[in-house]
Amino acid sequence: MLDKNGIAKRIAKEVKDGYYVNLGIGIPTLVANFVRNDISVEFQSENGVLGMGPFPFEGEEDADIINAGKQTITTLPGASFFDSATSFGMIRGQHVDLTILGAMEVADNGDIANWKIPGKMVKGMGGAMDLVASAENIIVAMMHTNKAGQSKLLKQCSLPLTGVGCVKKIVTNMAVLEVTEDGFKLLERAPGVSVEEIIQATEGKLEVSGDIPEMQV
Amino acid sequence: MIKKTVSGVEKALEGVVDGMTFMLGGFGLCGIPENAIAQLVKMGITDITCISNNAGVDDFGLGLLLQKHQIKKMISSYVGENDEFERQMLSGELEVELTPQGTLAEKCRAAQAGFPAFYTPAGYGTEVAEGKETREFDGKMYVLEPAYKADFSFVKAWKGDEAGNLIFKGTARNFNPCMCGAAKITVAEVEELVPAGTLDPNAIHIPGIFVQRIFQGEKYEKRIEQRTVRQKG
Repeated sequence: MLDKNGIAKRIAKEVKDGYYVNLGIGIPTLVANFVRNDISVEFQSENGVLGMGPFPFEGEEDADIINAGKQTITTLPGASFFDSATSFGMIRGQHVDLTILGAMEVADNGDIANWKIPGKMVKGMGGAMDLVASAENIIVAMMHTNKAGQSKLLKQCSLPLTGVGCVKKIVTNMAVLEVTEDGFKLLERAPGVSVEEIIQATEGKLEVSGDIPEMQV
Repeated sequence: MIKKTVSGVEKALEGVVDGMTFMLGGFGLCGIPENAIAQLVKMGITDITCISNNAGVDDFGLGLLLQKHQIKKMISSYVGENDEFERQMLSGELEVELTPQGTLAEKCRAAQAGFPAFYTPAGYGTEVAEGKETREFDGKMYVLEPAYKADFSFVKAWKGDEAGNLIFKGTARNFNPCMCGAAKITVAEVEELVPAGTLDPNAIHIPGIFVQRIFQGEKYEKRIEQRTVRQKG
């Protein structure tokens, strides 16, 4: 079973040379820590920066330079700043190669829910609806089950949707799965996790064919 | 040169009355029009509709207007980080319209650029698209979103000149440029106001034609919402 850093480490392998990548809040933010340093990648934050760098050193924080999580950041050589309409132009216009975001639920047809729990939590969708509606390559980073132990990979989302039929790949603490026309397809299992355990923890339609390799993280 | 300078925040907000719709720039607390917000609190303007990506925190930004129950409706994409906001929303005191962030930015920009509406894929198939016109282009579904209509835009820039030309800094740019010229009157507050001719015309982010009034803010707190740092070595 992987922890949050393990999930981020596995997803980092999906980040390829020359990619512009948008990272969501939570586990996705951790992905930046594990991307190989021999490839060229630029991180976009939808509040208006490309070429995001690490957090600043203490005392060097600048209130005018933050990421979409409102955290103080730095920029790397080649970085640029832009307004929100331009930022979402990059996203809507499919200039961003990969979007990595968290989810509360994913359905086996690629639907995703991650912005609202009616009656409990209404913080808003932020940029998530724009991102999932436009990105060609979306990876969801999340735990396989919720705190009550229930599957987050469902036949149908029970929460209000963020986007329809858009998720392509999911990396959880238990498995790597692809969303196909026939539902979830199991690609890899986390170290120490059996195929049987993944089947038990997946409510949506799950295709398991042949030997399922263990993730290399 | 057409001069846009006004003496200060009082003059800049002349004509603001109860029940108006305002656009306010900023992302979280970054790049918010601190002086205009403080003046709205001071004037006690009520029944306001605010178009702003976020709603501030409990004791800063738009949170200051929420505390005094001056806001009737918020149009935002993300409203976490504010307990008073949540309380007013759940109790029904505050009307809230949640809009995808890119759609919010574009609804401002459309108003600036003279488009009545535009199609976007964001929100298709979700409750955001309920009751809205949808249309297929090249096999993909889109939702028709109208431009916003607002009485005042309050934006904050880093530098500005007498002609209303603006330059923003870092990610404090965010929604501010999209809101310039998107309301009947655009009020820009800047950290540094300089004479015309001082700023390089090549470096201007927003031309003065989109700005009706400009003033230098008295002070900027520039509060940091999430101070994240790394250790040296």
